[in-house]
Amino acid sequence: MNCRSEVLEVSVEGRQVEEAMLAVLHTVLLHRSTGKFHYKKEGTYSIGTVGTQDVDCDFIDFTYVRVSSEELDRALRKVVGEFRDALRNSGGDGLGQMSLEFYQKKKSRWPFSDECIPWEVWTVKVHVVALATEQERQICREKVGEKLCEKITNIVEVMNRHEYLPKMPTQSEVDNVFDTGLRDVQPYLYKISFQITDALGSSVTTTMRRLIKDTLAL
Amino acid sequence: METDLNSQDRKDLDKFIKFFALKTVQVIVQARLGEKICTRSSSSPTGSDWFNLAIKDIPEVTHEAKKALAGQLPAVGRSMCVEISLKTSEGDSMELEIWCLEMNEKCDKEIKVSYAVYNRLSLLLKSLLAITRVTPAYRLSRKQGHEYVILYRIYFGEVQLNGLGEGFQTVRVGTVGTPVGTITLSCAYRINLAFMSTRHFERTPPIMGIIIDHFVDRPYPSSSPMHPCNYRTAGEDTGVTYPSVEDSQEVCTTSFSTSPPSQLSSSRLSCQPAALGVGSADLGCPAVFAAGLNTTHPYQLMVPGKEGGVPLAPNQPAHGAQAGDQERLTTYTPSDGAHCAATPSSSEDTETVSNSSEGRASPHDVLETIFVRKVGAFVNKPINQVTLTSLDIPFAMFAAKNLELEDVDPMVNPPDSPETTSPLQGSLHSDGSSGGSSGNTQDDFVMIDFKPAFSKDDILPMDLGTFYREFQNPPQLSSLSIDIGAQSMAEDLLSTLFYILEICDTLQMNTMAFHRAQERPDPKHTAGKRQS
Repeated sequence: MNCRSEVLEVSVEGRQVEEAMLAVLHTVLLHRSTGKFHYKKEGTYSIGTVGTQDVDCDFIDFTYVRVSSEELDRALRKVVGEFRDALRNSGGDGLGQMSLEFYQKKKSRWPFSDECIPWEVWTVKVHVVALATEQERQICREKVGEKLCEKITNIVEVMNRHEYLPKMPTQSEVDNVFDTGLRDVQPYLYKISFQITDALGSSVTTTMRRLIKDTLAL
Repeated sequence: METDLNSQDRKDLDKFIKFFALKTVQVIVQARLGEKICTRSSSSPTGSDWFNLAIKDIPEVTHEAKKALAGQLPAVGRSMCVEISLKTSEGDSMELEIWCLEMNEKCDKEIKVSYAVYNRLSLLLKSLLAITRVTPAYRLSRKQGHEYVILYRIYFGEVQLNGLGEGFQTVRVGTVGTPVGTITLSCAYRINLAFMSTRHFERTPPIMGIIIDHFVDRPYPSSSPMHPCNYRTAGEDTGVTYPSVEDSQEVCTTSFSTSPPSQLSSSRLSCQPAALGVGSADLGCPAVFAAGLNTTHPYQLMVPGKEGGVPLAPNQPAHGAQAGDQERLTTYTPSDGAHCAATPSSSEDTETVSNSSEGRASPHDVLETIFVRKVGAFVNKPINQVTLTSLDIPFAMFAAKNLELEDVDPMVNPPDSPETTSPLQGSLHSDGSSGGSSGNTQDDFVMIDFKPAFSKDDILPMDLGTFYREFQNPPQLSSLSIDIGAQSMAEDLLSTLFYILEICDTLQMNTMAFHRAQERPDPKHTAGKRQS
């Protein structure tokens, strides 16, 4: 199975990094989340309801829609915050990227760990720019807002191609396809990682999230 | 082109398309109300959340959408369109967007109606939620208030894009293939925000939609007490009542199966037949979303029809298991990629509604749906004034200038308690018969600049910080300062002058000495020399 890969690029001011990343990640996850599955007898299941809410950005003239799930929002804010801090502390040219990967688990026999097979990867490349005057910042607010509008349109275009999606699983296999750990919504299994690019352009991995998860995954 | 779709699949597909159209209108209109929308997720399935999405149903909007559809469905050549326009307090209006739900002839015969089509329609609605926030009209709608309001109009038939001005852009939200055609949802939006001449508006039909009286509370009886409706005649009863969801909205209780193929049987969605009773048949009134920046009153969606009125019936979900058609159950395996709905076995499914129950008497609804009190620009006016201001003919206000517009201009005198007459009856006939155009209507108008001071100034490109810095340390007056270069030059000239003066003194002294020497007579030579 080929993994679908989409790349987005944004140039933002330092304080806009968090909101820009959240806007993109939440928009993707809005399309890749369903209601909670409730399996019943006779092999039937029902699906819960996904609520949505608008989020106004403070540093960008932009509003995005996210799934009404505080758990999901907290999880995204945590990793985006780590990315923002890593960017700030890197001391490089302010280049970095985050990857949102949707995957399926394939059970393996002991002692081998389950295999994670990605089926869609969204990569958001960020370039942080420094601005000197308030006028430049005001212009940047509007420009980044317009750019994010384009990115959302791009995301929607990809989503509506109706390309590969994992098949609906049985109750025993639902955890191989969906993240059932949230109380109110059920996104496809996903993992988020980020990288900071140093001044030389070589990739310096600053997060161990993927390695830790893969190593400790059982 | 239709395929050999069995009748049950066809029924389900028609139902999906119908409710998809209704939900599409709700999403678009709610995105232009001017405030943030928030609905809650529910882990338990509810009976009335079509497409597994919590999208509130504003009764008036549903009513208008159903009226526009008139029992039809989007088909080839018959599109459902939602027109979003802007109307200023002076009466100028401008189309901003046209959202189109179309169907073309390209069929997907292999797709499973009750699973793939349903889920893809759900995905398309999510995309619509996202896209409605990124078109330019969204930011305009969030700032609507005293200067302008956002209107909507629903029509069915041919798409009319003439009012969007030149160079309008389109964005495709998405497509869903079905066995009877491909559903396409797109938006054409204006990019030129300069107002056009009135001649353009005279050719367009009047806007038929819903007026929102922002001085009236929400239609939910559980919320704050109702204020008098200024569109309702005194002493009348409610007048128009909108059918509640349990009467008019079919319930979709979806349940999917993961059974193996050996347990195949027939299954369908269990839905309530629509009992679409409309209180007032003729409610074609212009629609205004009057939302001001100063939120003081909850605003309410209402249709000021002939009797005027406020929808009182709560938007209750139907009890799916207890009324309407109970249909057969079919299960499919997930490996087939087909999932079907199971008939709800009890009424519990539909009674667990929390998100979509808009008539419940609880603050739950208040939290779920944000309808902010706002003060609008032109409501609460007597019929004659509102007739003029609400007419879809631009510059109607100019035509009736002799009226006490200044006295009732909300920008001059904030309106008091709302009146009781229906202000919009005249607007039904707003086809250019009144208002006309004044001399200055031929001029183009430019959108009001909403930029705060120092944020952006084309005349004097200066931000607040620069302004402060410059005026904190003003430059020294040139008359009080001596140019260093000029000063040194002056000094040089002065020193040169002094030198010249010294030379002159020296010369003078020498000259005087010479003259004195000349005047002293020489005893030997002076006589001879003088005589010669």
